[in-house]
Amino acid sequence: MTNTELKETPIIKAHQDMGAKLVDFGGWNMPIHYGSQLDEHHQVRKDAGMFDVCHMTIVDLRGCEVIDYLAKLMANDVAKIADKPGKALYSCMLNNEGGVIDDLIIYFMESAWVRVIVNSSTREKDLAWMRSQIDNMAVDLTERDDLAMIAVQGPNAREFAAKALGDEIAGAQELKPFNALLINSGSDNERFVARTGYTGEDGYEIVCPNSQAEQTWRLLADAGIKPCGLGARDTLRLEAGMNLYGNDMDETQSPLESGLSWTVDFSNENRHFNGRAALEKQKEDGLKYKFVGLILEGKGVLRAHQGVLVEGSENAGELTSGTFSPTMQKAIGFARVPVEANETCQVEIRKKHLNAKIVKLPFVRNGKVLVD
Amino acid sequence: MSDIPQELKYTKSHEWIRVEDDGSLTVGITEHAQGLLGDMVFVELPDVGDEFEAEQDCAVVESVKAASDIYCPVEGEVVAVNEELEDAPEQINVNSYHEGWIFRIQPLKENDLDHLMSPDEYAELVESESH
Repeated sequence: MTNTELKETPIIKAHQDMGAKLVDFGGWNMPIHYGSQLDEHHQVRKDAGMFDVCHMTIVDLRGCEVIDYLAKLMANDVAKIADKPGKALYSCMLNNEGGVIDDLIIYFMESAWVRVIVNSSTREKDLAWMRSQIDNMAVDLTERDDLAMIAVQGPNAREFAAKALGDEIAGAQELKPFNALLINSGSDNERFVARTGYTGEDGYEIVCPNSQAEQTWRLLADAGIKPCGLGARDTLRLEAGMNLYGNDMDETQSPLESGLSWTVDFSNENRHFNGRAALEKQKEDGLKYKFVGLILEGKGVLRAHQGVLVEGSENAGELTSGTFSPTMQKAIGFARVPVEANETCQVEIRKKHLNAKIVKLPFVRNGKVLVD
Repeated sequence: MSDIPQELKYTKSHEWIRVEDDGSLTVGITEHAQGLLGDMVFVELPDVGDEFEAEQDCAVVESVKAASDIYCPVEGEVVAVNEELEDAPEQINVNSYHEGWIFRIQPLKENDLDHLMSPDEYAELVESESH
């Protein structure tokens, strides 16, 4: 395989200097680990780690009808954050059949300006869909591929980031969870700092111009924030009970059967968001599956696509994600199982049927195991 | 460049094979293979007495990242397994050629090793796969 066509983030040089094992991640040459995925996982749970997430797609939506536009585009209700500068909202973007086109975070920046961060793997179809939905509304869509993003995560991440970046992120320490701040707005040193992440730990996602990303990364490393690869990012998000697009939901799955009902807001009857009718029909007909956490009781590792058998149900379930939890030292996963499922199930692993416990997500938050 | 000991034989599926004095073969995965897989968290061993065909899957190693089948290099019977890996699969990461051995097999046929790769041939394979 040749690496010549892989896209690179502006931090690639630092990754190479810091010993990253680089892999093709959806067309990007990205660090999978810097030596040990397990060490990096523990580093984030116990101290502070950082991830290059420049591959993610930042989109700015501007215009006087941007809230109306998002009210139709998003399954969650953007009214919750409208007129609250910096406030973030997690939502699914659905097709008309109620399937998930992508999951994303929406930041209300200021009147007539909303920033949306979508997945890298879905970039093209997301942008095409979002453009097609503008119709003739007063909304202007700009992809911000001039911007880089670094996620610093862990109990000490915010403190170390403040030490490393000082005035560059002035005011960030006062941010409440799920809020963002624009610093030095409009200047060459503009920073967007959000107290969000994908690990279940406290931290920031820091957005800066591409040209300043490598230096920012090195300053953060000097302050004691260890570089972490996408391998640890996956085990961390799994422990934290956070869905991964393409694994845990996609265009053929409803958010209501993907553990994302809490993000679908039906409360305003007059808000006819894309997919609403399909989801209402699905609720009326009765959901067949629910989305749960699994813990394997014996030895082994849970993986996506393993079958799940539930007593008293003819329908089979399926793992959507699975791994070995470094924090719990057990195999964990997410599964879509028949609604009849209760406390236990069996997972098919290489023709064997192994017992697993069904639990409520998440498994781990803020360094603490939340399940028995 | 990863370590490829001269005294061992290799397979294209990244197992190493050591010929023991009694004619049995000790099998593990190479330094290169453990590096690709990353941190090991689970090993499924065959049972002593199990018989396998050449190139049949006979064990599984799982890292945090992925599961990988281990293939039997020759037709034979399993005569020993490294039970320590059940509680300490990371031994494969620490030293894949010694503490990280997986199982030992007694070949059914004599001179059944001709198809295995020499260290040089294996080095070439590793080189070609990294481009």
